[in-house]
Amino acid sequence: MTVTNNSGTEISSVEMITAVIDDVAVQVPKGTLVIRAAELIGNEIPRFCDHPLLDPVAACRACLIEVEGMPKPQPACAQVLADGMVVRTQRSSAVAQEAQQGVMEFLLVNHPLDCPVCDKGGECPLQNQAMTAGRDTSRFDGDKRNFEKPINVSAEILLDRERCVSCARCTRFADQIAGDPMIELLERGARQQVGTAADEPFDSYFSGNTVQICPVGALTAASYRFRSRPFDLVSVPTTCEHCASGCSLRTDFRRGTVTRRLAWDDPSVNEEWNCDKGRFAFAYQHHGRITTPLIRENGELRPASWPEALSVAAAGLKAAGNAVGVLAGGRLTNEDAYAYSRFARAVIGTDSIDFRARPSSDEEAELLMNAVAGTPVTVTYESLQSAKTVLLVAFEPEDESPIVFLRLRKAVRAGTSVHSIGPVLTRGLAKLSGTLVPSVPGAEAQVIANLNQGLRDALSQPGAVILVGERIASIPGGASAVLSLAQATGAGLAWVPRRAGERGALDAGALAGLLPGGRPLADEQARQQVADAWGIDVATLPAEPGYSGDRLLTAAATGDLRALIAAGVDPGDFADPSLAAQAIAQAEFVVSLEHHHSQVTEQADVVLPVAVVTEKPGSFTTWEGRSRPFGQVLRDALMMSDASVLGLLAAAMNAPISGFEIAALRREFHALGNWQGWRPDGPAHQAASAASGTTLATWRFLLDAGTLQDDEPHLAATARPAVAMLSSSTVAAMGNPQTVTITGPHGALVLPVEIAHVVDDVVVVPMNSTGCAPARDLGAGYGSPVTLTAGGQV
Amino acid sequence: MALTPVITEFWDDPSLYTLDGYKSHGGYVALADALKQDPDSIIATVKDSGLRGRGGAGFPTGLKWSFVPQNDGKEHYLVVNADESEPGACKDIPIMIANPHALVEGVIITSYAIRASHAFIYIRGEVPHAIRRVALAVEQARAAGLIGNDILGSGFDLNIVVHAGAGAYICGEETALLDSLEGYRGQPRLKPPFPAVAGLYASPTVINNVETIANIPYIVGRGVDWFRQFGTEKSPGFKVFAVSGHVKRPGIYEAPLGITMRELLDYAGGMRDGRPVKFWLPGGSSVPMLTAEHLDIPLTYEDMAAAGTMLGTGTPMMFDDTVSVVKAVTRWLEFYKHESCGKCTPCREGTYWITGVLEKFEHGHGSSEEVETLVTLCNQISGRSFCALGDAAATPYPAALKYFRDEFDAAITTSADEQFNPSASYVFAEAVSR
Repeated sequence: MTVTNNSGTEISSVEMITAVIDDVAVQVPKGTLVIRAAELIGNEIPRFCDHPLLDPVAACRACLIEVEGMPKPQPACAQVLADGMVVRTQRSSAVAQEAQQGVMEFLLVNHPLDCPVCDKGGECPLQNQAMTAGRDTSRFDGDKRNFEKPINVSAEILLDRERCVSCARCTRFADQIAGDPMIELLERGARQQVGTAADEPFDSYFSGNTVQICPVGALTAASYRFRSRPFDLVSVPTTCEHCASGCSLRTDFRRGTVTRRLAWDDPSVNEEWNCDKGRFAFAYQHHGRITTPLIRENGELRPASWPEALSVAAAGLKAAGNAVGVLAGGRLTNEDAYAYSRFARAVIGTDSIDFRARPSSDEEAELLMNAVAGTPVTVTYESLQSAKTVLLVAFEPEDESPIVFLRLRKAVRAGTSVHSIGPVLTRGLAKLSGTLVPSVPGAEAQVIANLNQGLRDALSQPGAVILVGERIASIPGGASAVLSLAQATGAGLAWVPRRAGERGALDAGALAGLLPGGRPLADEQARQQVADAWGIDVATLPAEPGYSGDRLLTAAATGDLRALIAAGVDPGDFADPSLAAQAIAQAEFVVSLEHHHSQVTEQADVVLPVAVVTEKPGSFTTWEGRSRPFGQVLRDALMMSDASVLGLLAAAMNAPISGFEIAALRREFHALGNWQGWRPDGPAHQAASAASGTTLATWRFLLDAGTLQDDEPHLAATARPAVAMLSSSTVAAMGNPQTVTITGPHGALVLPVEIAHVVDDVVVVPMNSTGCAPARDLGAGYGSPVTLTAGGQV
Repeated sequence: MALTPVITEFWDDPSLYTLDGYKSHGGYVALADALKQDPDSIIATVKDSGLRGRGGAGFPTGLKWSFVPQNDGKEHYLVVNADESEPGACKDIPIMIANPHALVEGVIITSYAIRASHAFIYIRGEVPHAIRRVALAVEQARAAGLIGNDILGSGFDLNIVVHAGAGAYICGEETALLDSLEGYRGQPRLKPPFPAVAGLYASPTVINNVETIANIPYIVGRGVDWFRQFGTEKSPGFKVFAVSGHVKRPGIYEAPLGITMRELLDYAGGMRDGRPVKFWLPGGSSVPMLTAEHLDIPLTYEDMAAAGTMLGTGTPMMFDDTVSVVKAVTRWLEFYKHESCGKCTPCREGTYWITGVLEKFEHGHGSSEEVETLVTLCNQISGRSFCALGDAAATPYPAALKYFRDEFDAAITTSADEQFNPSASYVFAEAVSR
């Protein structure tokens, strides 16, 4: 068999072997396990410990089969099929069948058989295989072992030890896949049990996967335990809205309420895993929703009918003319982002639009327009796995794109080496056995320019990849340096934004100066193509770039922009939260499209409620550029998507356009396609040198105070607490304090000290965790100078 | 057949455990000789001697050594399995207490042969006296330049680590021992890879029993022909037999392989009070029991296999007619249940289930169906478990049923204590009756 990659080149020749299973000749690649080969002929051998993504352990013995020439039955999950081997499974061997039945009978000896009250009942591999491979009755009539139930292995994960069949899937997942060996089998014999070290809970970002792969009901999630039976659920394939990893999910709901989310099997993206945020953070969808349109009257918001609210919004926007700014936050679906892009240009006539509700820069926008927007998929998860060298710049994958982290870990286990330019050897980087190329925050561009020749050479090898995160916007010269490094070495370059909607919004042209499909606004032909697609006169399209980034906020704050449309935006997310708050407060007219109240709705003149992801179809685009469409989960939902609301708003403004339905938008966007013409030059900005004194490093941790994690206290309890990470020498120089006070222009933060592998005179804190939001609390961001003093009351 | 004390020859010398004592009886002469040879020729010598592993399985030692890939540029390790925990087995511990330098000398020669520069002696943690003696022997040997760099000017470097186990029978299983030695929880590893290819720290490793290694100085020092004059073609050499149970003089008897149990029993003074042998186990609780009719079978690997049992550790346990088979089997199964590591289902759950049923029999609450159920349960474990612990646990009951079915049938209604007065079987029964 010859395997080719996407570009059609041969990557390897796989040696095939021929063997016989149950009298059926099979031809499989050398090294294939018997259990996998048997699946190919439609023969499912019972299994518990076996999992295709975990190393074989052959512990449960449920898969015993007969191999001709071997005296004892062999475990199919660990037995490699050899050329000429003759295998007999339960289908053609009484020995195998009897061995499997014996193991199944043993497995039920100490299993409580409490299926009627067990969450796994109805989707339980033990239940199913007891039916297919077990005896009809048990001969065991002794006492079963007992355990106190349940125990919390973490705030989110509960363990009923008496149900455990000791398959070790969870412990092997934690060790091999997540790199978080915080759970382990303890004790021995029938008292063997999964457990944690004292006072060290299983606070892994990926802990929920253990619940999903547990073949019995031993591991359950606090959020789902005793909530439902699987056969009462309706399951819909969806895409995760929490980050740009783009996990395929299965969303289960009952009576209009989402009860749980599972990782869906997608070998090209998330394999069979997802992170705990993607799995557990969905309660926000059902709590604290804005249910009706609201209009401000005498300084107070009051409920209004849709026609009234729309007419008020239309009048207010019309009054502002084209002096309107559009803040289309990065959590929008592709279709919604495209709708904002089109609404801004075609209905309002403004190019002042930006999806980057976070620290951003013009240099970053230049990089995105040059190298990312509307480009085809080149660097993928598969590229990460096959890369010999991966360089991370301004990117902490475990926090910012956890499935990228898992794929990197898989690659590292197979020999890939990971390097990271930054100020700290993070826990995630340590789990990737990664090498830190140390840099003071903000001075990364200089480090890139002076990168050691060894790493440069490694990046010049075929398949090498550079991953750059959203923090590059906070590094002067960073985007320029990364782009020239990629060009000089030929390494693949991928921009990994944190939010799920950012890449889609970029491709949709939700950025000043950029039209859909990577089209430069400055290009006449590009404008013509877009105007044709939108059915408008090209002359009505803005031809001059509008405001973006901080300049958009400043323009609103100073009156250059008179009205704002804000969606999925929180002022606290920007580099300067006070400027954002000022912009919203100073704008004459603010329309907020939101599903939850925020600092924007507090100030908005009109609030229009919109759907959350489960209430609309849509798609997200992964960091790779891969489109991930999903259907509407809750079909009876009354909420409209942002796109639909914008359509109504356009009608209320008497704009002569239509087609704001999601399917139509998607069709239109794909018909428009990617721009094939010239691209603006990449950024060429000056690098900054390291500042003296103490510098702040900060990024958003996976589990933090983000509003989409609201109302899920069990998940929140597994978040990493806010601490100030410092190098041991920095701490020693301060006299080894337990706490430090970090002071910035706007205030101070007191945090417990944690000694970590941090560059000296750098303090690392989470960007948006409970009690720690440096932009708000200090007025400082990534790379800002701060003052550090010992002590302080936490 | 006469006794042939070799390892045990000078055990009446109270200073034997010291370096000087051992040297006064010719110790470490073989080492000096061995270090002048090519390592491969030592492997060849051991191969030719036909020495078989004394830990129980009887695998040819020289062959095992030859599995270690040579000149592979990797670190090699020798690990001595001194985790003697088998019920009824007590021969490695006396060797380590009385003649620890024979072990240490064997370790040095073996390490030289297999090109290991690190050797580990993993000693059962419950026997601190043996640990102290071996640790002292290693310390003395190191002080005398027999361990360390450039041993006896040969250029050969060796470090020996004495490691105490933490009390798990499973750690006598060689791969579980390696996990334990590496600091992990002791559970058997998936094979392949076998330890000879990827053992301790994923490097080629030889794991040998204490008695096996203690044989090495004598074989290397006195030669293949000398060694092969003892024993049989397939079981050459001599064996440290540790006879225990209802015999007049329980203890260590070193004799050529091929001696019969009847002869050994004579050396041990016969059964106490002249009572008859009811059943006996040639080598620990993990081998099937035999009865008085098997006393004349030579104690060799091949003859024991032909009789449906195994030589095992070569530590015969003798039981007279005061003992309830039901009770004995129950005790053994309780041991296996307690020591099952929990990794695989058949052993973990099977020992749990069987023990519960046997305890019912012991108390006279068995049933005729369960007499048969136990047979199928043992069949469901045997050959299906992850390692040999499960196989061992499935051994006692079928063998006991073969010879003493009537006792299990009786246990359906009559407890073991009613069938056999327990006080009569105590070693101190005489004192009790007085």
